[in-house]
Amino acid sequence: MTIINENTLWMSGNEAIALGVYEAGVKVASGYPGTPSTEIMENLSKYPGVYTEWAPNEKVGLEVAIGASFAGARALATMKHVGVNVAADPLFTASYTGVCGGLVLVTADDPEMHSSQNEQDNRNYAFAAKLPMLEPSDPSEAKEMVKLAFDLSEDLDSPVMLRITTRVAHVKGVVSKGEMNTSHPACGINKIPGKLVMLPAIARKRRVVVEERMAKCRELAETADYNRIEEGDTKRGFITAGVSYLYVKEAFPQAAVLKLGMCWPLPEKKIRQFAAMVDELYIVEELDPFLETHIKAMGIACHGKDCIPNQGELNTAIVRQGITPGSGPELFAPVELPNRPPNMCAGCPHRGIFFNLSRMKVFVSGDIGCYTLGFLPPLSAMDSCVCMGASVPIAHGMAKALGEDGYNQVVSVIGDSTFIHSGITGLINTVYNNSASTLIILDNRITAMTGQQQNPATGYNIRGEAASSIDLAALCRAVGVKHVYKVNPHDVVETRKVLKEAVELKEPSVVISEAPCVLLPEMKERKPVSYFTNQENCVGCMSCIRLGCPAISWTPFAEGEAEQRGYRKNQKGISKIDEILCNDCGQCASLCKFNAITRGEGK
Amino acid sequence: MQETGNILFSGVGGQGILLASEITVYALLSAGYDAKKSEVHGMAQRGGSVTAQLRYGKKVYSPLIEPGCADIQMAFEMMEAVRYLPFLHKGSKVIVNTQKILPPSVATGLAEYPKDVLRHLTERDIVVVPVDAFDIAREVGEIKTANVVMVGALSTFLPIDPAIYEEVIRTRVPERFRDVNLQAFAAGRKVSQ
Repeated sequence: MTIINENTLWMSGNEAIALGVYEAGVKVASGYPGTPSTEIMENLSKYPGVYTEWAPNEKVGLEVAIGASFAGARALATMKHVGVNVAADPLFTASYTGVCGGLVLVTADDPEMHSSQNEQDNRNYAFAAKLPMLEPSDPSEAKEMVKLAFDLSEDLDSPVMLRITTRVAHVKGVVSKGEMNTSHPACGINKIPGKLVMLPAIARKRRVVVEERMAKCRELAETADYNRIEEGDTKRGFITAGVSYLYVKEAFPQAAVLKLGMCWPLPEKKIRQFAAMVDELYIVEELDPFLETHIKAMGIACHGKDCIPNQGELNTAIVRQGITPGSGPELFAPVELPNRPPNMCAGCPHRGIFFNLSRMKVFVSGDIGCYTLGFLPPLSAMDSCVCMGASVPIAHGMAKALGEDGYNQVVSVIGDSTFIHSGITGLINTVYNNSASTLIILDNRITAMTGQQQNPATGYNIRGEAASSIDLAALCRAVGVKHVYKVNPHDVVETRKVLKEAVELKEPSVVISEAPCVLLPEMKERKPVSYFTNQENCVGCMSCIRLGCPAISWTPFAEGEAEQRGYRKNQKGISKIDEILCNDCGQCASLCKFNAITRGEGK
Repeated sequence: MQETGNILFSGVGGQGILLASEITVYALLSAGYDAKKSEVHGMAQRGGSVTAQLRYGKKVYSPLIEPGCADIQMAFEMMEAVRYLPFLHKGSKVIVNTQKILPPSVATGLAEYPKDVLRHLTERDIVVVPVDAFDIAREVGEIKTANVVMVGALSTFLPIDPAIYEEVIRTRVPERFRDVNLQAFAAGRKVSQ
């Protein structure tokens, strides 16, 4: 957040939501990091009077928020879209119990999959779980809507979902400060089993209440000012919500628009009124035909996914050209350039593991984190990746399918935070149902991909205070793994020996790779000593190049250059270490057999 | 006040393009403009090609620039100045830090860094303003001010009084770095004037 002047704050959608949550008087907030949701909890943790935490996974996070709500507090849970899948179990039943203090779940969807494995449209959850859902268009509206969500939650006795997308979460805009809400009742124990104990007899009664509440919400939606008709040219009228509204306003600034701030339940009367006003009705929405399907079910004729794609993000050009084809400017064609995909950092401990795996004949069952980048060339050492925690059971399932020959063919790889999130149960299954696959836990002491969040294995909480830290090796032994190894992944050769031994075992094994992420503040502060190449010793074997480290580059020789410079005649080039980029891990030196890579004296 | 301006920032994850775009935004907001800026976090930041999109004007709706509509691009690396060509139009201005960062395929000897890569822009009547930001920053006395040199080079193309920028730098930069950043800004302005 940046204060431009007294009334003008410049902040991202996620920062704005954190401010709105603070102004709403929320007392307890829990969640699991996940792009594009992470910064909500990070920023909220800096406000006074709000308890914040990172939970081991989204299900736990939502359950913590439900508990706080049952004790009368306003409570928040945050997660990315796929996190709601993990939290869906408590979500669908919290819809029946309703709330005591206001309860809001923020789902941060990622159309275009900037940093996700799928682009599911979580508006479907509001429909399926029978919950109200608000959908802001920009940071300023996100702040107002999250406050409104808490009021709605208490008025309707219902959890409320706030759905944002990457282009709300990570867009910065101008936001104004608001009033603090201080009018909440005190927290306390309130025994209301007829509302909170969801056994069948009571759940059947609450099921009726759910329908009554949604009917009441539909009535509210008819008159609420967040569902507003913006008058304009009625030749073409648009119904839209979220960030799609902004693209409609850019592409068709004169047109009549019905902007839906609440995307579930829908205000049927208002939609009919708007449809009757305009000659042609267009529904503009990202991803699924969610509004379109429900509006068509009302018997209203409209255009939607016949013009607007159902995949990826929208933008102004896609909306304009979808509705009036051929209306865009002529564009320069892209020039073919070498790709620049993301890469593991120089000095990343994961590289030492994936380099070894790339040289072993095993199927690598991968997981979600920075280490998914082990998939990319030159390492190309990941063969599947589905969702958080899936690496372990997928390896087990493959080993079972392969039968007696399967014991040394499959390895699973998971990060410390992801292991705690949902890998532990998979490991219990591997041991209980006795398969021989090897699990590698990449313990880099942080949740790295989402930008350095603490987790139950790091020894610190969200505010950086000391916290209990899980002993991963002891945990693995406790669930019954007899063979637990620890390796330093920067010693590439020694790590290979351990990996080979573990893989050949006919019983479950775990290898814990222990080395901190190089982006950790303490790793950045230490003054790393650079490695450098003794180029006169380099024989051009490319062993170090095959690590794919961004600090190491290959200089090819021109014809005759090798001899001229005193190398073997057929040597093709030499490698060089960029001493500014080098992070002092030494993996390349542990591979070099020609004394061509040496650790420096200091930077 | 002009309608809407579109500035595309491009570079390599970790180069600090977000900081440079922030200083520009503070100046635009202080000059009374509305603005929106779009960034992408997460996986893309690990050394990959990254962009930030900044739009300003009286009232800004969309946070994304339409293809063919970027008036100015500020590129922190030469190849990244060319990668987003479909966003540009004839007469677009590209301020480019003349630095090369080798992508993995080039560093591992599988591909070559394209020769004279900026010609793809000049051949299409795009105005290229090359800035040796590191060299200028070194001359100013602090290599870390390369980003501010770039902000200075960008500033001559924007309808903002330089005094507003100077005020932004004065109020946002810690005192001991203030003078060197003001000098870096002035040196950057000189390149593009």
